[in-house]
Amino acid sequence: MSAQKKTPLPAILLANALLDGDVVFRTASGWSRDPREALVAEDEATANRLLDEARAAFARNEVVDADLVDITRDEAGVPVPNHFRERFKVKGPSHRPDLGKQAEFGVR
Amino acid sequence: MYRYDEFDEAFVRERVAQFAWQVKRRLDGSLTDDEFKPLRLKNGVYLQLHAYMLRIAIPYGTLSSRQLRQLALIGEKYDRGYGHFTTRQNLQFNWPKLRDIPEILGLLADVEMHAIQTSGNCIRNVTADQFAGVAADEIEDPRPVAELIRQWSTLHPEFDYLPRKFKIAVTGAPQDRAAIAAHDIGIGVVKNDAGAVGYRILVGGGLGRTPMIGKVVRDFLPKADLLAYLEAILRVYNLEGRRDNKYKARVKILVHEIGIDEFRARVEAEFAKLDGPTINADPEEVARIAAYFAPPAYEKLPPVSRAYEAMKAANPAFAAWAEINTFPHRQPGYSAVTISLKGIGEAPGDATSDQMCAVADLADQYSFSEIRVTHAQNLVLPNVKQADLFALWQKLGAAGIAEANVGLITDIISCPGLDYCALATARSIPIAQDLAKRFADLDQQRNIGPLNIKISGCINACGHHHVGHIGILGLEKRGAESYQITLGGDATENAAIGEIIGPGITAEEVPDAIERLVSVYLAERQAGETFIEAVRRLGLAPFKAAFTKEAADVAA
Repeated sequence: MSAQKKTPLPAILLANALLDGDVVFRTASGWSRDPREALVAEDEATANRLLDEARAAFARNEVVDADLVDITRDEAGVPVPNHFRERFKVKGPSHRPDLGKQAEFGVR
Repeated sequence: MYRYDEFDEAFVRERVAQFAWQVKRRLDGSLTDDEFKPLRLKNGVYLQLHAYMLRIAIPYGTLSSRQLRQLALIGEKYDRGYGHFTTRQNLQFNWPKLRDIPEILGLLADVEMHAIQTSGNCIRNVTADQFAGVAADEIEDPRPVAELIRQWSTLHPEFDYLPRKFKIAVTGAPQDRAAIAAHDIGIGVVKNDAGAVGYRILVGGGLGRTPMIGKVVRDFLPKADLLAYLEAILRVYNLEGRRDNKYKARVKILVHEIGIDEFRARVEAEFAKLDGPTINADPEEVARIAAYFAPPAYEKLPPVSRAYEAMKAANPAFAAWAEINTFPHRQPGYSAVTISLKGIGEAPGDATSDQMCAVADLADQYSFSEIRVTHAQNLVLPNVKQADLFALWQKLGAAGIAEANVGLITDIISCPGLDYCALATARSIPIAQDLAKRFADLDQQRNIGPLNIKISGCINACGHHHVGHIGILGLEKRGAESYQITLGGDATENAAIGEIIGPGITAEEVPDAIERLVSVYLAERQAGETFIEAVRRLGLAPFKAAFTKEAADVAA
């Protein structure tokens, strides 16, 4: 985890699961593979809590490469990363709609 | 093909067991992420955007049908039913789970394969001309020397923690199909005036953020001195290469900073000090390795197959494929066949497990069970009787891999880019797909002739964009993907770095921009002049003008 510059809010926390490598999202109660379940931090206190949980999960060998990512909610309220890099990370390969979370969870 | 001896076998099995143990210790917390990362990288395991990635070494691009079938099985069982052939003749799986990787490495060891030397600051997997041993223009088969370097470099205690990664490529032919000038060391087999066969050694080539063409460090090296000479180069680099800045750590920077003459002087001084006989390979061992690469049992055939000529005359589509996708073989009556992995609209270099099985079956049937991987991300059946080409073509068609575009504008090299890669700054695969669709018409492709487009999704240049006749580099500009176009690069014996021809453009603008460049060529070319020859004669100006006009039109 990098000592990063302040991530604009709202933001979600995403990481890769250590065992599978799959992209996972911090929810209110743990980690989910489904981006629609990501807890959205609207304020700094929540964002800091997410970062604390990320550090703890990294220390417990659950996840690697955890990072806060700033998002915008789409019409359905689903968080969509603002940067295109993280949008691909959440969806899957753009040329293979049959693979990744776009296929599994229908995220656009 | 080379076969493992008991030492190779024991070494690879030991590494699998070690890695299984390392994964176990990572998962139970005995190893931290910082401790584990270099260990996984030593075994070809990366973490990409969506998943782990496993990069498997295919030494000098040579595969047996049995090995390819095993790769297909791994793809089917542990991945998503496909793999990606890379510009370093390796194979990448994009979705393996860390928990499965020890088992996958075990399956690789079963067929004498591994993922060692595909990552980290060591001497990487050695690459070679895909037509090694069969090309009509070849002086000598480069595979025995590539295998010798593999054995010498694997776990070489002095060179296991170099300042940076180190890539070696070998060609046995004057026509360079292995891009040796774009490697840290490029080795070309040459014949001197006395008729003796030896090596011309280039050093300091490389792409990435500081592209350099390799320079000749030794014009003629006697064959027997190869390992001692390589040791001298690597020692000079290991001692003097920069370790303070990873962007200046490759040997190309050292060669550039002190100059090739000074670098050569230091290498020759080191070489003179070395005790050659203790380093150079035992001639018996060299002969043992070379014996594995003896030609297969070719039939004695007439140089022209009547059946083949008749099939070509009767079937224009077959004739077009045969003309474009076959390469002259040293053995009369045989051809080397390139199987394009550049189907129109497909991801360059991707092959499904079914396609890998189909190719393995065809290799068994038509090519002495041997397959090659090219640095241009295609496959090769090196030994096909011309009389069998028609049947082969039909079966390739059934497997969806009979595209007749080798060396043409839709035979595009592309890195995985931001669709997979954690380092990428922009996507590359969709750019390749859009360009292939734009230029899909085969008559038009043949009219345009040989033209290499190479696309990288970041400055690290895995897609070799610097040496593309047309290079495309994906960058981030103001929060969006932006593409920089270069012109005039060349990966062959006429190696050159392309030059930027204008401001960055959006993905949507790329096909029009490339079409505009091609139009300049079509309008200006002289009889028989290829795209790259025309660029060299005309200079960049007319192409820049066409490109900039378009950029201005878009802005207006």
